[in-house]
Amino acid sequence: MVLSGGVGTRIFRVCNHIFLIALALLCILPLVQVLAMSFSASSAVAAGLVRLWPVDFTLKSYVYILKNAQFLGSFGVTLQRVALGFLINMVLVVLTAYPLSKGVQAFRGRTLMVWLFVFTILFQGGLIPSYMTIRMTGIMDSVWALVLPGAVQVFNVILLLNFFRNLPKELEESAFIDGAGHWTIMSRIFVPLSLPAMATIMLFTIVGHWNSWFDGLIYMNKPEHYPLATYLQTLIIQMDFKNMRTEDAYLLAEISNRTSKAAQIIIGSLPILVVYPFLQRFFVKGIVLGSVKE
Amino acid sequence: MLSGKTRRELPLYLMLLPGLILIVLYQYVPMAGIAIAFQKFTPFKGWFGSEWVGLDNLRFALALPDAEQVIWNTVYISAMKIAAGLVVPLAISLLLNEVTRTVVKRGVQTLIYLPHFLSWVILGGILIDILSPSEGIVNQALQAIGFKPVFFLGDNRWFPYVLVLSDVWKEFGFNTIIYLAALTSINPVLYEAAVIDGASRWKQTLHVTLPGMLPIIVLLATLSLGNVLNAGFDQVFNLYSPVVYDSGDILDTMIYRVGLVDAQYGLATAFGLMKSAVSFVLISASYWLAYRYAHYRIF
Repeated sequence: MVLSGGVGTRIFRVCNHIFLIALALLCILPLVQVLAMSFSASSAVAAGLVRLWPVDFTLKSYVYILKNAQFLGSFGVTLQRVALGFLINMVLVVLTAYPLSKGVQAFRGRTLMVWLFVFTILFQGGLIPSYMTIRMTGIMDSVWALVLPGAVQVFNVILLLNFFRNLPKELEESAFIDGAGHWTIMSRIFVPLSLPAMATIMLFTIVGHWNSWFDGLIYMNKPEHYPLATYLQTLIIQMDFKNMRTEDAYLLAEISNRTSKAAQIIIGSLPILVVYPFLQRFFVKGIVLGSVKE
Repeated sequence: MLSGKTRRELPLYLMLLPGLILIVLYQYVPMAGIAIAFQKFTPFKGWFGSEWVGLDNLRFALALPDAEQVIWNTVYISAMKIAAGLVVPLAISLLLNEVTRTVVKRGVQTLIYLPHFLSWVILGGILIDILSPSEGIVNQALQAIGFKPVFFLGDNRWFPYVLVLSDVWKEFGFNTIIYLAALTSINPVLYEAAVIDGASRWKQTLHVTLPGMLPIIVLLATLSLGNVLNAGFDQVFNLYSPVVYDSGDILDTMIYRVGLVDAQYGLATAFGLMKSAVSFVLISASYWLAYRYAHYRIF
């Protein structure tokens, strides 16, 4: 048994390694092909010569995109929304999670308050009423329409409040005895001790704001105010020629649709591709800690 | 004067205040805004000036010939996604668990988590290119081995399955995280006992690993119940076109078109209300079941 098990196990292990590595490569292969196309000459792409490596290497597609005023403008809008959204989301998630992590003895209104937040996961007004609310609060066509409606992420609040509740009670009690108030305990004890959970939420918040495109599409009246993701959506997916000025159309013809789209896809995902490997260990830890409870 | 207890609670209420204001404004006001479903709504007259029409919008919505097809598409696509989303990550996490080389394990995990962090705009753009019937690399490969090219995104026979498969591509890696965490929490003593009893790796998987994973499988299955009407707006919106409305149009995309493109606000809100109401029941039921049978509490 030991012998056959040994051989069988070894064969399985080799096959398993091969299968998983092949699967992992298959997952990023489409991205690699698009990357190769973005650096290739449009004629080579049109002739179907590009596989996984650039053919007739050129940076023309990138030059075209980076010269495009609308692209740079949208990039600015995205930077603005990511910075502002990140700040607001992080402040609010801490401010909301801290009181809700208290027991009923310390915070008598806790049950009602927690349900007020959780209920929004169970039931939503839906697209049209939300859209009308934004219209009527007068924040259409401004960065606030991209930042305020999603400012309180209830799932993140729950993740953080569960994390807070697993911190040792003694820390808080001794701080109280030493005369610290809630604000001090929150900022000096709870936040520093919750870095894995905070890092996870930070990553999700930044990625979420970077990737959001639909809110830009419906709340922004002018294409100049689109964040990058929305601009890319109209360009890559819709190819809406109405949004394009004539000189853009000429340039586009010169470098071909496919290479420029490929370059745009790469630029749109670049920040995530760069940041992601460094944050991986945080989010895995954070997710696991948030999901495991006593 | 305030009592001592109230004074100690005051900062807690102050902390909650900004979040509460925002959630009331952008979550509870829209809930009240569902009134649009019972109005002949025009933005210019607002909620208080628009004419009330009772159940007309709901009746009209249900009588629409497309409604039945769209609801069917939604449930069909999301049911397949839920099933695939439970099984594929489970299988991959079991295989990953057998990998003993840390470098290989880390590398594979890094690559398979990645698509989760890219938006459907990016992934949609990639799919549109590689699946293109004339120039896409997938169809070039198919032709090279003697098949006819397939218009994956323009053929009703293929479109729903392209949705499911590409959803698996985006999410399966990320969903292994929870399973892998559950795997590490299985008591190693159980494996030692199984080895002493002469169980092979396969038998160990069957009799120790899977039973140990059962609670988390049950929990994830239960919680996914709440997503039955969420077939994935972002994905469908970025991949579909009028040619595949028959098989790929879902509730959310239809609500968008009816409401924000055609400006039939009352009708779109009526569909939205039906979706929200059914989802409310499903999500509540799923949390209740998870609490009852898996001792799971969200907070």
